[in-house]
Amino acid sequence: MGQVVLKDINKFYDAVHAVIDVNLQIRDKEFVVFVGPSGCGKTTTLRMIAGLEAISSGDISIDGTVVNNLAPMDRDIAMVFQNYALYPHMSVYDNMAFGLKMRKFARPEIKKRVNEAADILGIGDLLKRKPRQLSGGQRQRVALGRAIVRHPRVFLFDEPLSNLDAKLRVQMRVELKKLHLRLGTTAVYVTHDQVEAMTLGDRVVVMKDGLVQQVGEPLDLYNQPANKFVAGFIGSPAMNFSTVTMADGNGRLTAKNSGFELEVPAAHGDRLRGHVGREVTIGIRPEDLHVATDADPVGLTFPSKVEVVEQLGSEILLDVRAGTDMMVAAVDPTVRAKVDEQLRLAVNPARIHFFDAKTEAAI
Amino acid sequence: MAVQAITTTLGEAPQPRRQRLLEDERWLAFFLIVPTMVLLGMFIAYPFVRGILLSVTNSRVGVPGDFVGLANFHKIWNDSIFRTSVYNTFLYTGVTTVFKLSLGLWLAMLLNRNFKGKAFTRAFILLPFIIPTVLSTFAWKWMFDPTFSVLNWLLFHVGAITGRINWMGDPDLAMISIIIVNIWRGVPFFAISLLAGLQTISPELNEAAAIDGAKPWQRFWHVTWPLLLPVTMVVVLFSVIQTFADFQIVYVMTGGGPANATHLFATYAYQIGIGTGLLSEGAAISLAMFPVLLLVVVFQLLYIRRVETR
Repeated sequence: MGQVVLKDINKFYDAVHAVIDVNLQIRDKEFVVFVGPSGCGKTTTLRMIAGLEAISSGDISIDGTVVNNLAPMDRDIAMVFQNYALYPHMSVYDNMAFGLKMRKFARPEIKKRVNEAADILGIGDLLKRKPRQLSGGQRQRVALGRAIVRHPRVFLFDEPLSNLDAKLRVQMRVELKKLHLRLGTTAVYVTHDQVEAMTLGDRVVVMKDGLVQQVGEPLDLYNQPANKFVAGFIGSPAMNFSTVTMADGNGRLTAKNSGFELEVPAAHGDRLRGHVGREVTIGIRPEDLHVATDADPVGLTFPSKVEVVEQLGSEILLDVRAGTDMMVAAVDPTVRAKVDEQLRLAVNPARIHFFDAKTEAAI
Repeated sequence: MAVQAITTTLGEAPQPRRQRLLEDERWLAFFLIVPTMVLLGMFIAYPFVRGILLSVTNSRVGVPGDFVGLANFHKIWNDSIFRTSVYNTFLYTGVTTVFKLSLGLWLAMLLNRNFKGKAFTRAFILLPFIIPTVLSTFAWKWMFDPTFSVLNWLLFHVGAITGRINWMGDPDLAMISIIIVNIWRGVPFFAISLLAGLQTISPELNEAAAIDGAKPWQRFWHVTWPLLLPVTMVVVLFSVIQTFADFQIVYVMTGGGPANATHLFATYAYQIGIGTGLLSEGAAISLAMFPVLLLVVVFQLLYIRRVETR
């Protein structure tokens, strides 16, 4: 079992309110990712679950038991640190065995568990080495191994991949996912990388300034962001935002600014009618823009001028100017666009997002 | 043709001889190392060699003396005061090092925590180390003074004693007194050096150990202590050498007394060599320290190398 419940969790550092009223139920076997920019309170939250940081108010319970005042060792959790935190004077074997030795496991059992974990992680031939004789990826595996051998109720990961190079990071990401499927242990994972969050998490918790912005499955966050921050944070390249004024032309809503005038799809109509005559923020993902063809209704297209062309091979990113706004469009790799070319872009009407200009909440 | 022309022009303007010498890395290295070699030679090597030469003569103040072989060493071997000095030096070094290390480590662990006024306290701790030793030892001398001792006053007023304790008059108490002063003076060096060592140990390691189930004492024993060991060895090495050859504290506090009971190598060598004017015998006493210190240094350097390469 490994169910973690956070109830009204707050953390103050003197006058700084680092974590504000966090409520979350992490189910058994679930992989939950906390994501957000640095200083958003995600690592503090993780350290409070680990017991390395005292909570200012609220309750943390694991499998129904409140653990607020339990020492880290009594919470039955294992943690993987950003810098691995391997004991430099111990061999790989001793690093992995340390937790079991401290818990007075019998020698044969320790050996069995360490060898088992080493097999899973493919580090069986490194057991006699010291951490400094290992590469970054190997150290990462040892750190994982140290967590696995304990068979804890919950794994805690604090940005475990951020010290690896880009290629290794992608590889380890896949291995972490496989490992979770294989072991089925509840995992809480902290990262600032939204790609890691999207690919690893069963559910993702987006945080900013100590507040939870949205909790949901990765695709829900992508398709229905709760506010402008989540919309801009999830997805790469980031969503385009521009400020528009809502107008009512003979019963048809339009969103208008200096660069374009878009017809608002009927599906959005009811929710936006109250905003007529006011400013709202419109959000369009780069992948929801394409070069306009005759098939696109004129009301869903707008003129733009190409300023930068980024060839990625699988797609082309066009940095365009529409009125006073800069936008990025991810278009088909067959498009041949040149800098300074005038290009008409079309929007996928089902995928336009609207946010309140003041509160930034999704409309 | 062109190449030839260039080489000729270069050849036509030869650099000054000095500049060419400095261009050669071997000569440059030599020139750079000369000042250090001169200093080491003048203040370490020459006095050392002179000491050896002196110790095999019968020279006294004003008398150059003749070669007498190992007579001086033979003489001090049978000198009971010398034997006491040897015993005292080992006792003094051993006892103070144990106390300085344990107290220093304890202080370092305390100072490594987060608390208000941390920077101030750290600076404050260094005071005994900063004050000129002779000055602070004079203050201690007053505190141990048979008549004016503030310690006696204190002990008397809390009811621990009824009569005066003659700190400097009793051979054992005099030894204890100088040991206390040496510990007081040496602890800051240990504390600050070990604190520097502690700060190189990532706090994450202790957190990882805490999660791994290690209790505070186990975290110290399995994580902090082994990682601090190389620093500890260097600090102990320095301290042992300094304490073994200590002079100031004993000279000021007891002058080697009462009845030559608290002499160390250095104070006894001074008393014989300078005080009595028997230069050669004094040199022999100082040199008797050398083999011991050499062994200590070799042993500890080997140990440090082993710890660092494992």
